[in-house]
Amino acid sequence: MSTDNTPQGIKNARPLSPHLQIYARQITSVLSILHRLMGIALSLGTVFLVYWLSAAAYGPEAFGRAQEFMGSWFGQLVLLGMTFALFYHLANGVRHLFWDAGIGFELPMLRATGIIVVVSSLGLTALTWIVAYLRAGIL
Amino acid sequence: MDMRTPLAQARGLGPAKSGGTSHWWAQRLTSLALVPLMLWFVVAVISLIGADHGAFVAWVSEPGTLLLLVLTIISLFYHLDQGMQVVVEDYIHGEAAKLTVLIAVKGFSYIGGIASLLAVLRVAFGS
Ligand code: HEM
Repeated sequence: MSTDNTPQGIKNARPLSPHLQIYARQITSVLSILHRLMGIALSLGTVFLVYWLSAAAYGPEAFGRAQEFMGSWFGQLVLLGMTFALFYHLANGVRHLFWDAGIGFELPMLRATGIIVVVSSLGLTALTWIVAYLRAGIL
Repeated sequence: MDMRTPLAQARGLGPAKSGGTSHWWAQRLTSLALVPLMLWFVVAVISLIGADHGAFVAWVSEPGTLLLLVLTIISLFYHLDQGMQVVVEDYIHGEAAKLTVLIAVKGFSYIGGIASLLAVLRVAFGS
């Protein structure tokens, strides 16, 4: 048995992994990389969680400053980003868990659940901020 | 000359080095736990908008809150640690660089997790 190294043999070889410069983006691949990006963003964002909780442990003054900072325009921008990142990663994470159970691999299903992930994460982000602004008396 | 069979030489290498299957399971279980926990946490944070220190302490001291906070912190930082490990293993090549970044990731998640736990415990039980 000899290995076929002719151009024809190379052509018949198994496909290589996608070549990023010529790879046509599809909803499935974009959503997939977004899951990872949002996971990394959320991980970095835990710095704000640690700051907030530590400030509470530190005392009333530190906690007051932390609350003020999180309520500032910059704090709100961070929180808005984290809200979307969380809901996106959560919704797509649930999609992942179904895949792990072997459910939902057909292409039409992949598209449909992908759209559900995008719509529900945008919707939940909007809902969260409407409720938050109502609660804060801004709306 | 290695006298071990090819199978014996391969065993324990690759993902199995760091417990591939149990790593996978732990990642799924914390993902599952995080769904209700993070939804609870978002609602809690909204209810704490504009809260002063006293209100925050009162909230942490409510029965159930501390337990849920501890569960959330543990699942969150465990999941993040395992997740970031996979990311590092995927993108950082070369043993030395990989090890360095992995140690930084571990440090980040362990310090963050432990600092968060200590903070909520201190708020709940005073100092
Ligand atoms: C709220 C519920 C959450 C669910 C259901 C969830 C689910 C998942 C799942 C299933 C994976 C594995 C993806 C894969 O196999 O490729 C994953 C990866 C990851 N998660 Fe989460 N997650 C959640 C929350 C979080 C949070 C709050 C953070 C960070 C603070 C986080 C950070 C990460 C990271 C860094 C990864 C690795 C990314 C990757 O390998 O592509 N996750 N998550």
